[in-house]
Amino acid sequence: MLSATNLGILRGERVLFEGVSLSVAPGEAVILRGANGAGKTTLLRILAGLTRPEAGNVTREATHHWIGHREGLKPHETPRTHLKLWGQAWGAEADIDAVLREMGLSRPADVAGRYLSAGQKRRTALARLMLDNRAIWLLDEPFTALDTEGRDQLLAMVARHRQSGGAVIAAVHGDAGFAASREMGL
Amino acid sequence: MSPKPILSAFRQALSEAWAGGAGALLPLGFFAGAAVLVPLGIGTEPGMLRAVGPGILWVSLALSSLVTLERIFQSDVEDGTLDLWLQAGAPVSAIAAAKTFAHWLTAGLPLALMSPVLALMFQAEASLSLLTGALIYGLGGLAFFFWGGVGAALSATVRRGGLLIALIALPLYVPTAIFGSMAMRGAAFGDTAPLLLAASTLFALAAAPFAMAAALRLAAD
Amino acid sequence: MGMLSAFANPHRFLALSNWLAPLFYGVGAAMIAWGLWQGLWVVPKDDYQGGDIMRVMFIHVPAAWLAMASYSGMAAASFIWFIWRHELADIAAKAIAPLGAVWTALCLATGSIWGKPTWGTWWQWDDARMMSVLFLFFLFLGYMALRAAMDSRQKAARAGAILAMVGALNVPLIKFSVDMFTSLHQDASVITVDGPKMAAVYLWPLMMSGLGHMLLFGGLVMTLMRAEIWTRRAARQRARLLAGA
Repeated sequence: MLSATNLGILRGERVLFEGVSLSVAPGEAVILRGANGAGKTTLLRILAGLTRPEAGNVTREATHHWIGHREGLKPHETPRTHLKLWGQAWGAEADIDAVLREMGLSRPADVAGRYLSAGQKRRTALARLMLDNRAIWLLDEPFTALDTEGRDQLLAMVARHRQSGGAVIAAVHGDAGFAASREMGL
Repeated sequence: MSPKPILSAFRQALSEAWAGGAGALLPLGFFAGAAVLVPLGIGTEPGMLRAVGPGILWVSLALSSLVTLERIFQSDVEDGTLDLWLQAGAPVSAIAAAKTFAHWLTAGLPLALMSPVLALMFQAEASLSLLTGALIYGLGGLAFFFWGGVGAALSATVRRGGLLIALIALPLYVPTAIFGSMAMRGAAFGDTAPLLLAASTLFALAAAPFAMAAALRLAAD
Repeated sequence: MGMLSAFANPHRFLALSNWLAPLFYGVGAAMIAWGLWQGLWVVPKDDYQGGDIMRVMFIHVPAAWLAMASYSGMAAASFIWFIWRHELADIAAKAIAPLGAVWTALCLATGSIWGKPTWGTWWQWDDARMMSVLFLFFLFLGYMALRAAMDSRQKAARAGAILAMVGALNVPLIKFSVDMFTSLHQDASVITVDGPKMAAVYLWPLMMSGLGHMLLFGGLVMTLMRAEIWTRRAARQRARLLAGA
């Protein structure tokens, strides 16, 4: 579904990593491991096409979702307007109210982003995964700021996604909570 | 390719501009404030004010475009929105153009609409030509915002990027400033100057989005 | 190591510039010296051009040529880097910028000095060439400031290339608009050094001086490029040592 061969990247003159290859098939989940600064985020950004690698190439055979460190939520946007905007941008016809309910965002649905807690912002970002059915999920530290309930919700989403033939590549610290097909150290 | 992401980018930029506190009032206040300082500095002799008025308005327009441009792409970098737009499935140049155009609508067009009032304060005669003037400021402002947008996109990751935007954009503002002020003085040039202004604005609309796109990809890298 | 060697190794440039740069310095300096000697002491002064002050032409005109040529060179190098990502092209663009700014400033300063006795003012807003060169100077400044603001050499290269190309796209328009602006209130320019209508007695010293400036400029570009290559190598070495530690 997604494969990358021989990726290498410099940051300044420092070789962040080189010779990194990975691929993921339907139903699989790959977990990226590595210390802070090892290049997990950079690798994910390369896979998403955001960062250009100095060497190697990436082939994506399906569309992907991106959940990064930064939520992509504007201070003036509410969870509802945010999901509506991206639903429209992607031409997705999901039921926004249902998505909000499922993510436990019904209560703060109309609160502007600047007043949301870190966990609520994270949930809003993760809710984008449900707007549009995309086969590849690229998740950078998706559990950050989530409470237990939110964590269980995300785990359930990942499980459902994999059952329906989706693939996940995630950078995770500590216990991922789901069985990875492969772990990759950087 | 669908135009939906482009429309959404446009909508988001509009709502962001309006939500940013005072909305269009802030650039308006800056524009008016900058222009009104001048008579205090150079004196109030009516003939002189009438002569320098159009030029002062051009300078104020250029300055306020620079001041308001600083945040348009920088905030997208900081809150992660830029990453999403780059992956939205539409040409980045179109997204950038939509955002810049929305920005001009909220921060540039109001200045042009207000120009007749300021022109009157600068002792211009009340006549239809004030409305023509507003049109010319609007057209020139569009070019300012698009070239300024290139500077804003290039310095999106630079802290205190405002000064850098000004330095980058200044030479790019020259043709618009020249054609614009020639168009304002009207009669001496017939129709040439407004046409040249329109042409240089079209050039900005056509060329700047590609530079912004390349710069935004760099900002996300 | 595989990836590091994938970058163009500018060995040949180092070998070539090792003897070419000194040669350019020597020949360039000799030509400038001859041109200045001829220009300042040998050729007769031209009263129509302001008397003895016209002798500044032998610096001003070469500087003006180089101001234009250096921006074109920088834009071309940027374009080459943007398309083919050849690191040497970026190094060239980076090296040209400060030198181009210096020669552009030299052109402005000498033009101003020449202008004072002839125009009666240090700065003539109605002179299209002075105005164009001034905006060129700003383009160089913006380019250098932008590069300096980026946090890695790769980003500096990309941002610089984008800006240099945008600038190059706008230079004709800027020039055209400035010409238009100045043609409003100006009769023919006081200073007419362009082209073949100039007396032959001035032409030779001017050509020699101009060629000398070009060689000197080329030599300096090569030296700055060499310095940049060694700086980048040192940085790579340092990064490698740190990675090994």
